[in-house]
Amino acid sequence: MSILEVSDLSTHFGTAAGEVRAVDRISFRVEEGETLGLVGESGCGKSVTALSLLRLVPPPGRIVAGRIIYKGTDLTALPEKKMRAFRGREIALIFQEPSTALNPVFTVGYQIAEGLIVHGMMKKKEALREAVRLMQLVRIPDAERRAREYPHQMSGGTRQRVLIAMALACRPSLLVADEPTTAIDVTIQAEILDLLRTLKRELRLSLILITHNLGIIAETADRVAVMYAGRIVEEARVADLFASPRHPYTAGLLRSVPRLGEAGPSTPGGRKQRLPSIEGSVPDMLHLPSGCAFHPRCPDVMPECRERSPRILPVGAAASSAASPGAAGAVACFKHHDGEGRPR
Amino acid sequence: MRPAGGPGAAPSGAPAGGAEARRFVGGPLLEVRDLVKHFPIRLGLFAGVSGWVRAVDGVSLSIAPGETLALVGESGSGKTTTGRCILRLIEPTRGSVRFDGADLLALPPRDMRRMRRQIQVIFQDPYGSLNPRMRAGEIVREPLDIHRIGAGRAERDDRVAALLRKVGLDPAMRDRYPHEFSGGQRQRIGVARALALQPRLIVADEPVSALDVSVQAQVINLLMDLQEEFGIAYLFIAHDLAVVERIADRVAVMYLGRIVESASREEIFKNPLHPYTRALLQAIPIPDPARARERQVLRGDPPSPAQPPPGCRFHPRCPSAIETCDRIEPPLLEVAPGHWVACHLYPGEGGTRGNLSAPGCV
Repeated sequence: MSILEVSDLSTHFGTAAGEVRAVDRISFRVEEGETLGLVGESGCGKSVTALSLLRLVPPPGRIVAGRIIYKGTDLTALPEKKMRAFRGREIALIFQEPSTALNPVFTVGYQIAEGLIVHGMMKKKEALREAVRLMQLVRIPDAERRAREYPHQMSGGTRQRVLIAMALACRPSLLVADEPTTAIDVTIQAEILDLLRTLKRELRLSLILITHNLGIIAETADRVAVMYAGRIVEEARVADLFASPRHPYTAGLLRSVPRLGEAGPSTPGGRKQRLPSIEGSVPDMLHLPSGCAFHPRCPDVMPECRERSPRILPVGAAASSAASPGAAGAVACFKHHDGEGRPR
Repeated sequence: MRPAGGPGAAPSGAPAGGAEARRFVGGPLLEVRDLVKHFPIRLGLFAGVSGWVRAVDGVSLSIAPGETLALVGESGSGKTTTGRCILRLIEPTRGSVRFDGADLLALPPRDMRRMRRQIQVIFQDPYGSLNPRMRAGEIVREPLDIHRIGAGRAERDDRVAALLRKVGLDPAMRDRYPHEFSGGQRQRIGVARALALQPRLIVADEPVSALDVSVQAQVINLLMDLQEEFGIAYLFIAHDLAVVERIADRVAVMYLGRIVESASREEIFKNPLHPYTRALLQAIPIPDPARARERQVLRGDPPSPAQPPPGCRFHPRCPSAIETCDRIEPPLLEVAPGHWVACHLYPGEGGTRGNLSAPGCV
């Protein structure tokens, strides 16, 4: 059963230079207990998607279209006051920067407890006790003492654990983690990802994991949505995506990641093996190319790609069973569908 | 027995992979010995020094002409400080840095400026390291102006155009400002600027970390192309081992101010010996869901470089720590030709002892 179903969501930013379609008609769903990986490069709209789910898009950004159905309720239609009951309590966000997401003048124990107090779930004293329990849950040793510390007294890894404890405080069903390990070292990252996976299982959480790191996606996600220039260009189960990427962008991305053990042998003074790369760079969101936004960088570009923007449509088994997009796999590319949406 | 740790401790001083460099004729281009940088900790504006951050605590390494040495480590390992000491962007506390035979640390400022023509730097942040008020062409031309290279403006402008072309930018873009370029293009401008003086060594401090995956590959390839064409040596400072495996000839792994292992690229990746190097390699998430992996997750955070643990600095987190590790700091020993490790698990039977390597080793 889906816990979250997003359809045709668009979030635009009105700037002096023009309208930026940061998120442009995206649809996806998250099943109960599932981890959906949202992957893409800077500016592709993945963080704005996260903020849109919680209706926390800062102005001049606003949700201009689409529905966000969470457990049967359309969040886009809720008055702000009712929306507050969902934030933190149903859907919680883990931020990227452990150094800036915490308030330097409050103890971490208080900051973890705050959500419980604000939502009226507990009185202060009880909430502070719960904060210690949550710190134990995220494996912070000596939690009782450390709850009375301030963020600057903690390492980056511990602060990230505090942020996870904060997100878990009100026992949400859906966790949105936006680049939760980008700012921390790789040995600590391994520990944090391990913790997230364990907690997800123990607490039966659903998780949206936003990252640019394909390694993290491969090890953590069940299903993946790939974003490019504000759109989801491909969606698939994680094994399928890595084994047979359908969109040329996904394929290019997978090829250009350096992998351990694949650099090939080197001879002294000899030529080193080059990495395959995608030509060009991510487009400027204010001046998107015509048609498919990826076409200027695409090795398989066809004339129609310059004129029309392909819709995301189911492929393979999903297409024949006429299931909704995303059940097995979907792609937005004229290589796979013609202009009328018929499979090629 | 040397005292464990401590600012006065004798450094464990073999050049990282000194033996490996022997195959290059004519000696190393850069040779760093026993480099130390301690930053004072002051708790107030007028307070005295209450302690020392031992950012770099006895690092030795050498780079041959045209070679890439990758300096790998996590935050606080001292890799960036090492790079900056070599460039004399900060003055080291102790140690020697020889470039092409000349002692850089003894050079008067004038001669050091001249030497800088041969040693250039590429920074991590393509957003912060370019002057936003200068046009791309001016940024690349500035070093030529400063060092009065080329007769007159016209010739320098020709050089700028050639440099931009070399790094894959259209010379017509020379009049644009940094904000008009993408991250990858900005990093190319930084590379063009570093190339302007035809340096023999480039210290590249996390040059691709801030770039998107698809663009990262382009810049790595560019750096390799330029090395092959001009024979530039790189000190490639990085934390991403998958990138390092692509570009490095040799790798030195740093932990809390010290080199804990150094070897050729093949050795480090096929036969990592130090438990920290192994943990680092295992921690990297693999972009392949079909390859489930065995991972030894390290417990605990790295200690502060202001208070490194006694004995081996890695012992509180080490899964293989033995009884001596918390008392005696292991010296960097050559356990196989060109493979140096500072770990009690590898006593380096009959191997070369660290300090044997004086100038003759290269």
